[in-house]
Amino acid sequence: MLDNARAVVAECLGVSPDQVTFTPSGTHAVHLGVLGLLAGRARQGDLLLASSVEHSAVLHAGSWHAARGGRFHTVEVDAHGRISPERVAAAAAAHGAPAVVAIQSANPEVGVVQPVSMVAEAVDSPVFVDACASTGRLPLPDGWAAAAASAHKWGGPAGVGVLLVRRATRWRNPFPGDERIDERATGFENVPAALAAAAALRAALAEQAQLSAEQASLTAMLAEAVRAIPDTEVFLAPGDRLPNVLAFSCLYVDGEALVTELDRLGFAVASGSACTASSLEPSHVLAAMGALTHGNVRVSLGRDTDAAEARRLAGVLPGLVESLRTRAGVPR
Amino acid sequence: MSEHTADVEVDCRGMACPRPVIELAKAVAAVEVGETVALVADDAAAGADVQAWCRMRGQEYAGAGTAPDGVPSYLVRRLS
Repeated sequence: MLDNARAVVAECLGVSPDQVTFTPSGTHAVHLGVLGLLAGRARQGDLLLASSVEHSAVLHAGSWHAARGGRFHTVEVDAHGRISPERVAAAAAAHGAPAVVAIQSANPEVGVVQPVSMVAEAVDSPVFVDACASTGRLPLPDGWAAAAASAHKWGGPAGVGVLLVRRATRWRNPFPGDERIDERATGFENVPAALAAAAALRAALAEQAQLSAEQASLTAMLAEAVRAIPDTEVFLAPGDRLPNVLAFSCLYVDGEALVTELDRLGFAVASGSACTASSLEPSHVLAAMGALTHGNVRVSLGRDTDAAEARRLAGVLPGLVESLRTRAGVPR
Repeated sequence: MSEHTADVEVDCRGMACPRPVIELAKAVAAVEVGETVALVADDAAAGADVQAWCRMRGQEYAGAGTAPDGVPSYLVRRLS
């Protein structure tokens, strides 16, 4: 049954089943991917390069590597949060040839899609791809040596991650490991959850083209409404983007208050601002972009979000931002 | 870098975002073009947001320093 789930996930991702390992979470798949590639390259070097806007799972793996004597440097992104092959090459020139380069397929906070295959072509080292934000929405980009995905991000159950390791890639278990046929698996997989994850991925791909088109038009409509609000930055990178994510920051607005007010009106949104219930630090992604970090809202459209709900959100935002600014005594 | 020599200093110690940036906007509006404001703020977002504010408002971000008590200080020059 586990092989059935593995076969379905492999087919959905366009890989062979022997490249697929189920892990206890997407985060764990990221850790195994990054650190396993580094362990496999230990003789070539110890330098990990990652974009500065990677998910915290990648950054934490980098810190873990550094705490054990390895080298870890992040590569700056542009104002849209996008990495470029030139920037990675410049970092390699500054720090030396990397043992591993880690690049996300897409950024979960601002939706920018990264030029993974171009980066992979520009470097000689194996590339780890964090595909958690895009799997089920966009095809896996070319150029990965190892990659990670997370089932709950595509509508599957929590507690299922997917680690992909390409054949002929040198990968070594960075953790104690186990005596399994699949050297990348530790402990017994959650078989029912893996089957549910596989079914959910197949269902997500079946509706992906239509859903992405609908979501892209809704995010474009929302972006236009937000742009009409004075002193607001909308993070809509040119080129490829995730269709379901729209992030923006409103000058002089308390992000926590904005999230709370939207919640009261029935909209569950996230914020990358500091001073929110979940964080005292501003989003490292927004800071890396040189973007305004306060008054930040991230709207993630679900598969059930319809045009009426998006229009209602577009309708309430201008008044809400205005009233929060007035309440804060913002000079006009 | 040590203390700034600014025309006006705004003390935002203990204030959370977006308060320091609101106070910065008020202070910059009150100085003459060419004059500087030093915003002293320990809020974690202030560093990023002062620079973003300058970019959005067309004012000059003139660098970061430290107040005598070790709290970060951000220097802004009014350009318009």
